[in-house]
Amino acid sequence: MKKEGILRNSGFQTILGSLLCILLGLIIGYIVLLIINPAGAGQAILAILKNFLYYPSVPAAMKYFGTTLVKASALLMCSLSVLFAWKVGLFNIGAAGQFVVGSGAALYFALALNCPWFVCLIAAVIVAAILGGISGALKAYFNVNEVISCIMLNWISLYSVNMILTSVKAESTPYTKSLSSTNKGALLPNMGLDKLFTNNELVTVGVIFAIVIAILIWVLLEKTKLGFELKATGMNKQAAKYCGMREKYNIILTMMIAGGLAGFGAGIFYLTGIEEWMVQQTSVPAMGFNGIAASFLGGAHPIGAIFSSYFIQHITGGGTYVDKTMYCSQISDLISAVIIYLCGFVLFFKMWLNRMLDKRDEKRKGGEA
Amino acid sequence: MLLLIQYTLIFSSVLILVALGGCFSEHSGVINIGLEGIMVIGALGGALTMKYLPVGTNAFIVIVLVVLASMLLGMIFSLFLGVAAIKFNADQTLIGTAMNLLAPAVAVVLVRAINMSESLDNVSSTIAYGKIKKAFIMNFGKFEFSWFMLLAFLALVGAYVVLYKTRFGLRLMACGEHPQAADSVGINVYKMRYAGVLISGALGGLGGLVYITAGVSEWKFENGVAGFGFLALAVMIFGQWRPINIGLAALLFGLFRALSNVYTGFDALVALNIPSTVYNMFPYIISLIVLIFVSGKSRAPKAEGIPYDKGQR
Repeated sequence: MKKEGILRNSGFQTILGSLLCILLGLIIGYIVLLIINPAGAGQAILAILKNFLYYPSVPAAMKYFGTTLVKASALLMCSLSVLFAWKVGLFNIGAAGQFVVGSGAALYFALALNCPWFVCLIAAVIVAAILGGISGALKAYFNVNEVISCIMLNWISLYSVNMILTSVKAESTPYTKSLSSTNKGALLPNMGLDKLFTNNELVTVGVIFAIVIAILIWVLLEKTKLGFELKATGMNKQAAKYCGMREKYNIILTMMIAGGLAGFGAGIFYLTGIEEWMVQQTSVPAMGFNGIAASFLGGAHPIGAIFSSYFIQHITGGGTYVDKTMYCSQISDLISAVIIYLCGFVLFFKMWLNRMLDKRDEKRKGGEA
Repeated sequence: MLLLIQYTLIFSSVLILVALGGCFSEHSGVINIGLEGIMVIGALGGALTMKYLPVGTNAFIVIVLVVLASMLLGMIFSLFLGVAAIKFNADQTLIGTAMNLLAPAVAVVLVRAINMSESLDNVSSTIAYGKIKKAFIMNFGKFEFSWFMLLAFLALVGAYVVLYKTRFGLRLMACGEHPQAADSVGINVYKMRYAGVLISGALGGLGGLVYITAGVSEWKFENGVAGFGFLALAVMIFGQWRPINIGLAALLFGLFRALSNVYTGFDALVALNIPSTVYNMFPYIISLIVLIFVSGKSRAPKAEGIPYDKGQR
């Protein structure tokens, strides 16, 4: 009887669905590897799953675990951005563009204006929030589909940021100057976290920020009046308006918060000095799009997003360890894309599961009678 | 100037084909955000066919085979959307986005595997088809006429006739406006929606092929199709889901896209001294502005995006 209670639980069903998506995604990835070259497929899929465990020594593994955590924390922010908008009935595919302008703002304030890290971080959040707000305002006042406006803004952001960051480009490479050589004050503080990860200086307070914000977002959505209003607007705009909620304001606010989250992710990524911006990029960074994967895999739940973001980053990073003479690292992109695709079926899976349970119950009742 | 016209026409052809694809899918009631992914897969099919066809093949056969390959692959890929959205009532935006992510990943993995199997040092995701591409082009003086321009025009006329003058088209549109009513008079809504999605797959795939052959003779699949599928959706909205208007809208967008390729040929534009990046941004900026003006009184099919459930009739 008790077991049935768990199966009926919506949260449990979501987790079950997500795990199934992962499993199926990995199986499909494995099949693709088999088709390309059967010889190393098993090893390759293990390499993807192992990621940093690839290194036999504990200190080395810990160090790369730290790097994965840093990337995962940025991904977590992007996925929070997507899921926050999703809860309000908006599809924020613009997380990618908001991440881009966030990066641009953070790096520009750090490299050109020599600001300390918190100013850069705030700048990233504000600029990205404005970009998100534009999509929101277009939706609220002009009924422009947010998916399409976000995509347009993604490309506009990419080209603009390339143009702006060219002014802080290092000579002779297409990359921006490194933070550690130009402005050490813009690097996020480590707060001793680096010691935990074999002196990996990339692990900063940003990782903790990300987790705290995930919890705050959960509180905001589930426990506050504002969260309730936003969700109500998402479910039925007209009804929300009828109840005296400012539905236009709510839509814009949602997109601004979503944008700010993605911008924050960009800040805690680039302000660790983990990477420099390549000013000739011709495609929008994948971080924002992977955020979509992470948020749906996490069942559109902020706490679930913590785990799913880590998982997506884990396999994306793991992709770089596959045997390059046989496969390419994009195999993990393929796996995460398959996983998002399968996430579309989770709702159907839940319905099916409930119907099966109903049938079983009916049978049982029939037996008793 | 001739070059500008040529590029405008070829980019408009891409937009017309893909936007018409979106138009068919949405008129049947399925939002096809995955057009971008369908373009990539169609382009992949076309590019691979061109790669493996021997160079001396008759031009007509090349055109037919390559076009068919891209349309077929586009249709197969569009089934990912069709099955998920029609059979399993999945969220169409989510599925479309997944397809947009899936397509470049599939293309890159596949092309790299092929390139690596040919030579171990070749880890690029590029397919070259410079020689065989000539089959699509006829030269009138300096003007390079591409058969795709004709194809796009025919598709436009065809779409108009099919949608407004045939029983099939009118039924298709009924499924996007009021599927319950359509069902009550005996139209199979599910079949119609599959038809709409498959047509959009074929047109989207073909559009992808046209895009990668426009002005270049090799394609790096890591780049996908640079948001062109979404530009096409903007064209479709600007054209208010009507084929003729879509054709006109596509010409406007095609012009701005072409400018970024050929603006260096105009002294007046070079004298303005605008960085080339700004020209790259143009089509996206214009489409945003256009969307602001036309989205307010949108004539989108009423039932688009809503899974059809027979039980709710």
